[in-house]
Amino acid sequence: MKEIKIFARAGQGAITTAAILGEALFYENKFSYAFPHFGAARMGAPMNAFLRFDQNPIRLRSQIYNPDYIIVIDPTLIEAEQCFDNLKDNGKAVVAVRENTNINHKQNIAISSLPAEKIAMDIIGRPFANTVLLGAFSKATGEVKLDSILKSVEVRFKSKPAILDKNIEAVKKGYESV
Amino acid sequence: MAQAAKLCRPGVIAAYPITPQTHIVENLSQFIADGELDAKSVNVESEHSAASCVLGSQAAGVRSFTCSSSQGLILMSEVLFCIAGMRLPVMLVCANRALSAPINIWNDQQDSIAVRDAGWIQLYAENNQEAVDLIIASHKIAEDPKVMLPAMVCVDGFILTHGMEVVDIPEQKDVDEFLPPYNPPYKLDPKNPMSFGLLGTPDVYLETRYAIQKTLGDVLKMIPTVGKEYQDKFGRDSLRLIEEYKTDDAETILIAMGSVCGTIKDVVDSQRKQGKKVGLLKIVSYRPFPKQAIKKALDSAKNIGVIDKDISLGSDGALYSEVKSVISSDKKISGFIAGLGGRDIKAKTVEEIINLSEKEENSCRFIDLNKNILWEEFKTI
Repeated sequence: MKEIKIFARAGQGAITTAAILGEALFYENKFSYAFPHFGAARMGAPMNAFLRFDQNPIRLRSQIYNPDYIIVIDPTLIEAEQCFDNLKDNGKAVVAVRENTNINHKQNIAISSLPAEKIAMDIIGRPFANTVLLGAFSKATGEVKLDSILKSVEVRFKSKPAILDKNIEAVKKGYESV
Repeated sequence: MAQAAKLCRPGVIAAYPITPQTHIVENLSQFIADGELDAKSVNVESEHSAASCVLGSQAAGVRSFTCSSSQGLILMSEVLFCIAGMRLPVMLVCANRALSAPINIWNDQQDSIAVRDAGWIQLYAENNQEAVDLIIASHKIAEDPKVMLPAMVCVDGFILTHGMEVVDIPEQKDVDEFLPPYNPPYKLDPKNPMSFGLLGTPDVYLETRYAIQKTLGDVLKMIPTVGKEYQDKFGRDSLRLIEEYKTDDAETILIAMGSVCGTIKDVVDSQRKQGKKVGLLKIVSYRPFPKQAIKKALDSAKNIGVIDKDISLGSDGALYSEVKSVISSDKKISGFIAGLGGRDIKAKTVEEIINLSEKEENSCRFIDLNKNILWEEFKTI
């Protein structure tokens, strides 16, 4: 079983990110369980979404404390939430960064950083970094194929054709950016 | 869960928004707006009205669905007793959430436990697949002309309501075969006028309660039968009184309800690998309470630990008290209060509960207390 912890602020699409990824893994015959944890339950408040996946059905229902992977959607949370602290040794992090983002971290983890918000602004026109990061996650970890992510994004946005194509492009750009 | 409710073809849906239930009825409203579900969605001004609305529509002979949580369920409670008393098989999904004060949107099971005495069938789901199955299967029991009692399917708030996992949604034609249209033995009908919920004087009231109690006894026998019928059709045995997980030779058995059972199963497996004989007894049907099945399942146990995500303040956890009342006195049994107000129950928490269950008996032990924030005089507990 592998565990992913996503750091974001409420409203940035962390739950959607976990759901798209969970469904993508389902296309690869894995079981997945995506779930959020809200703190203040208000837009803009730091929150986490989680994803577990495995060959076997997921039964464990607690939160995730020592993830194999982390995805940071909001660069301002890197320091505030000490995102890397509980990442497993040899764990991987996929992180959205801005020009002034500092990344200090312990040894034995691999960080893939990319200007995901800027990429999203260029392609989608809004700073939703999540689909960009999904592409980056696929490339950086090899846990899920790009095609599975694309299929899952298509299913998710099929009722919103105006943003579907842009998000597909965002995923691909994220994949190429790490 | 909205998909499961839709498959049961309710004619009336009334609910008032409350976290973490809201998106279930939001989705149902969307199905109606999109023409996928032929039902009337009623916007109401409170949960009391929501419950009153489905009481009325069910009395008029229409399958009716509602959904609530926490304060909403408690505001409904007056009407919940009426619905059962009038023998109306309303379906309610309770997204389990803690009660105020202090206000808390997160999960425990205090809300549904607080209305356990209302005369409703109460079933607890471990995961979203079970939630789907229990919603569909329990309709069949509730609406049986010999039963005619409402059913509440309890799902842990956020953990299940906001947890996304792949589930098998049955086909509409199969559900239609399993669950025929609602055809009640009595309903409000101008051509054949009758009244519901009239004054029940001391001459008759006691008998109404006796009748519900007898019927719930019959439901105990029906759950395995209808559960088998559901399993034959859909391949899953989700509807059952209890689930015995590795209890056969277990010396220590934990008892719990809802999503925490998944976490416990993982811990049971890892402890079994270390040679510890532990098991889980999952309670699916809390009302009616399957005393005989529980007693039998605990046969081999020396130590029993009951996990309650609720507490009867001033007494003990609700499930603990009821289990204790049915087991023989030669077994050690301890009660644990855990996970209140969304406090996370980790695998480590479950391991601690197993260890404590093997030590001296304790009727009401709070797990994972943070003593630093307790009043000084409570810190020594």
